[in-house]
Amino acid sequence: MNILAFAFIAIGILAPALAAATNPRLMHAALSFALAFVGVAGLFFFLGAEFVGLVQVFVYIGAVAVLVVFTILLTRREGETHRGFNWAGVVVAIAVFAGLIWSIVKTPALSILPPAIEPLTVKRIGETLMTDYVWPLMAAGVLLTVALLGALILAMEDRE
Amino acid sequence: MTPALQLVLFISVSLFCIGLLAALSRRHAIFILIGIEMMLAAANINFIAFWRFSPQPQSTGVIIAIFAIAIAAAEAAVGLALVIAVYRHYRTTDVDELTQLKG
Repeated sequence: MNILAFAFIAIGILAPALAAATNPRLMHAALSFALAFVGVAGLFFFLGAEFVGLVQVFVYIGAVAVLVVFTILLTRREGETHRGFNWAGVVVAIAVFAGLIWSIVKTPALSILPPAIEPLTVKRIGETLMTDYVWPLMAAGVLLTVALLGALILAMEDRE
Repeated sequence: MTPALQLVLFISVSLFCIGLLAALSRRHAIFILIGIEMMLAAANINFIAFWRFSPQPQSTGVIIAIFAIAIAAAEAAVGLALVIAVYRHYRTTDVDELTQLKG
């Protein structure tokens, strides 16, 4: 874990995220969103959670980003600019940011270095999921099924 | 030199606030959803960071991050389907123009 790679990952998350939040061109903003989530997956790899990083790449870049791009293409109108920007939101975001940074800086227990741990293998994650967390896993499966069916019904055209 | 826990939390706070900025100041419904996804990703970074920096790591932090990603994916699918349904009725995705329920 060296600080240079960490700074690189931090820029790789925050610069595309800021672009996604402020770029008025919809497609560029959606692609910056995908790039920001590549950065988040990189941070997960950096922190030693390789499996979560892989899941992040599969779910966000593979599914959610494609879904966002298709939704933009399906709902696009000619001559749309979306230059309207609500400055009250900027003020609220900066206030929340200042408050959270202040509370992190003021907490001395957070300035610790990572302990040496044995790597968490996929085998161990699978064992934990299928023993201690089997009911949450089932509930997540049911939730995903219901949510995707509901999404299908919502987006379906009425043919009478 | 290795980064301390604070630096990871600074990243997640920044990502959360960028997501909050997108959710509050964008007028396009899809980008409000993207802002919410960014806030969920910031929460995931916190789960993973506290898992990595805890003295006796158990796999709980990682498991919760995986469940959070699954739930975020379900939320994104339903949210984007709602955007498409709204667009079909009103021919717009601008949330400021959806004023039918306004008293």
